[in-house]
Amino acid sequence: MKEILKSFWQKLFGDSVRAFGVVSLVFLASLAIAPAKNFFSEWRHYQHGYLRMIRNRSDANTLQRHFQGGIQQIWLPELGVTDRCTSCHVGLKEAGLTDVGTQPFRKHPAIPHAIDQFGCTVCHRGQGAATTVAEAHNSTLAWEQPILPAKYIESSCGECHRGSVPGTPQLTQGRQLLSRYGCVHCHTVKRPDGSTMKPTDDPPSLSHIADKTSREWVYAWLKDPQAYATTATMPNFKLSDDDARDMSAFLIANSTPLPGDTATLTAKPASDPAAGPSLYGESFCASCHAVQNAAGNLVGGDVGPELTRVGSKVKPEWLQAWLRSPRVYDAETAMPHYRFSDPQVATLSGFLLAKADSDLLANVHLDAATPQQIAHGKRLVSDYGCASCHEIAGIKKPENFAPELSRIGSKPVTQLIFLPGMPHTLPDYIAGKIKQPRAFSPGLKMPQYSFGPAQIDALTTALLALNDRASTLPPSLTVPAVPESSYEPAGKAGKLMSDLACFSCHRINGHGGTMAPDLTWEGSSVQRQWLVEFLKNPNTLRPSLIRRMPRFNLTDGEVKELTDYMMTVYQSPSVDRDSMLLSGYTPGQIELGKQLFYGKYSCQGCHIVDTKTDKGYIGPTLTHVGSRLTAAWIFEWMKNPQALRPGTAEPNRAMSDGDARALTAFLISQKGGAKQEVAKK
Amino acid sequence: MTRAPAIVLSVVVALGASLATSCSRKPASAAALKPTAFGAAIVESSGGKQIAQTGGLLPQPVIVQVNDEQGTAVTGALVDFSGPAGVSFDPASALTDSSGQVTTNVSLGGMAGRYKVTASTIDKAHKTVEITLDEIALGYSQTLGRQLNEQYCERCHNPESTVERVSNYDNLEVKPHPFTEGDTYNKISDADLTAIISHGGPALNKSALMPAWGNTLSKSEIQALISYIRAVSDPPIRNAGPVYAKN
Repeated sequence: MKEILKSFWQKLFGDSVRAFGVVSLVFLASLAIAPAKNFFSEWRHYQHGYLRMIRNRSDANTLQRHFQGGIQQIWLPELGVTDRCTSCHVGLKEAGLTDVGTQPFRKHPAIPHAIDQFGCTVCHRGQGAATTVAEAHNSTLAWEQPILPAKYIESSCGECHRGSVPGTPQLTQGRQLLSRYGCVHCHTVKRPDGSTMKPTDDPPSLSHIADKTSREWVYAWLKDPQAYATTATMPNFKLSDDDARDMSAFLIANSTPLPGDTATLTAKPASDPAAGPSLYGESFCASCHAVQNAAGNLVGGDVGPELTRVGSKVKPEWLQAWLRSPRVYDAETAMPHYRFSDPQVATLSGFLLAKADSDLLANVHLDAATPQQIAHGKRLVSDYGCASCHEIAGIKKPENFAPELSRIGSKPVTQLIFLPGMPHTLPDYIAGKIKQPRAFSPGLKMPQYSFGPAQIDALTTALLALNDRASTLPPSLTVPAVPESSYEPAGKAGKLMSDLACFSCHRINGHGGTMAPDLTWEGSSVQRQWLVEFLKNPNTLRPSLIRRMPRFNLTDGEVKELTDYMMTVYQSPSVDRDSMLLSGYTPGQIELGKQLFYGKYSCQGCHIVDTKTDKGYIGPTLTHVGSRLTAAWIFEWMKNPQALRPGTAEPNRAMSDGDARALTAFLISQKGGAKQEVAKK
Repeated sequence: MTRAPAIVLSVVVALGASLATSCSRKPASAAALKPTAFGAAIVESSGGKQIAQTGGLLPQPVIVQVNDEQGTAVTGALVDFSGPAGVSFDPASALTDSSGQVTTNVSLGGMAGRYKVTASTIDKAHKTVEITLDEIALGYSQTLGRQLNEQYCERCHNPESTVERVSNYDNLEVKPHPFTEGDTYNKISDADLTAIISHGGPALNKSALMPAWGNTLSKSEIQALISYIRAVSDPPIRNAGPVYAKN
């Protein structure tokens, strides 16, 4: 062995010439390493592949002309972007490559941002400066920013766009869920613009719970909220029987009666099989409350709680007091104060109490609570952070009960503990945590939510948008959210409007719900007498809507108060109510308007003027429009409906003044006999 | 010096071992399912021709059923789901339940287009029988188009009513074409569609019940709407773009 090595050494380095030759060769070879590495690099391989691919295409010349070899780079110091992705993804900007389905040569789908101005990693994450596939797409030891899976891509839109953007439904839904399901009660979420995310779920106060319901119901609810109402946003804390027993004992023992909170049953709940459903129907309770029908489908809105089993929950005395005046029990409730008469309260409460589920409390048998149980229950109520969401007398709302999530989208993977078999990525961790929080450790307090897979994806998307980049972007590069309006109407009318909870459905000056029409300019839009009649007895304007304005049984004085306020205050600067007359149009003008209505503009597709011939079912019925709207509003609306009500489904037809005037004349002549009705009264 | 080969050998062994472990990581859980019965055919129960966003979950799960020669449901047959890269199934394989069905949640891939997903089972002769379902993934502009469709178009163009929204389709004298009606839309060029949306039906000698939207929608919004119509038309237009299928 030694001999062989020795002779080998002699052959290579025996004399100086040999040694010089060998060393030079070695140097030459090592010098060749760098060019060789470059020559066999991945990006060059892909660029060759691209050139091969385009060679036989009909648009080969154009593509060839656009092609630039070598490493490509998009450098945007302001955004922190150094992206070399285009070295391999050569065809991103080629409009002609729509038929290519294989990566890395696909054309980028159409988006409102140019690749040159935004780079790639701003949206897709990954390592922009890398020049190999593995380093660019996956996380390595040195770089831990893998490519963002396509299903969460909208989170990147949310880094700069602080408000909702069209075309990103998943991000918008996720942000709403964070508020709607009360995640932000326990987890502080500071938005990148500094504002704090607010919950929208409005959990009830538990300080007077014994007025409202029984301990048995509280127990059953604590054990499984979704067994009572499938739509309940309250999560399942997976409590043991004993813990639920003690917590219900404490909550009931801790409750104090509220004056006026329970009514003496002056009128016994009447179970009238005909009057109950019809009062529930004509009060449009279903606009906000859902009830499961016989087929098991939920019918109704989600503003208020589901009422499928409400009879198993509430006490008759409480329900009657609530129906009479809900703001006694909950000053902030979204429920309007209907002015129900005593017989109506009896009928409606009888109807609701019959909505009971005998199975719900069948197996709940609780003995009288002992002081130890109550004390233990109190400890559990503090431990689980119940007061984070609910107001509970004697228990303070805990601060920072759960980890802050303001920058969760940048949490380093090294700081996370994954479940066995779970891919080691941040999105998988977040989704897993939302899906089954207790799987990570049975001792965790985070409860089990009943989210579906699509909701989990939406929540994960919204959380991933809360990251370092979003928080550190200069304001010049962000699109701020429209700040929430805190508009409140003033005076007596304002008080009346909050008592009637107008803002639960209507929006005025940017504040309020979106279920019903925006009333910001209602005073310019409608005629006074119509508004008076409508408030007294709301009828259906839009036949295709199922959620409608209820009748509140207002007194004449209240109607006058509201009408005066709305007609004076809710005026549009671009509509002069008195600039056009409500009558006095020539028959010729009216006839021209009619022709335009049925011919050129074919309005009958969506509206009904003549109930015998027209069937349009989308827009408001126009049979009485002449007694409802002002002429000036109709005229301006014809000219540009979106200017008066952004987002309305009525198209802007860019009418000439002449056409608009003729249509106004025709429509204002549609009084539908309402005048006689008014006259009769 | 005699140690050198030993070192080389140990390095090779270590490399081989790490390679083996890294390769064998994947198919552990799927192999556990053993069919207890075999069917003769596999049919779609529901879940085909759905629309999702790129990378997103189909709104409804895909349900397939395994039948025997007589067309009776078979319980305990193994169904495997597969699709092009990027498509994921939860679960990817399962045994049919007491009604012969398997339900899976499907997430589509990251690129907009049509996806072919396959459900397969093994018959008694150990031959694979399979069924392929088409699903549609919408990219950004198609999603935007879908939102515009819901806001402005669907009320007339979609004949189906829901509890929340009554369709106006039946009330119209001249019936609009549902956007899925590929036989109609595929014959209309992008330019003509743009014209009809911008200027209304009369622009192409069609009914005036189709109003002009050119002053309401921007050019890019009309573009987005057209890309949505192209994405959902059935059958697809000829140059609809790539179809993603299993290799």
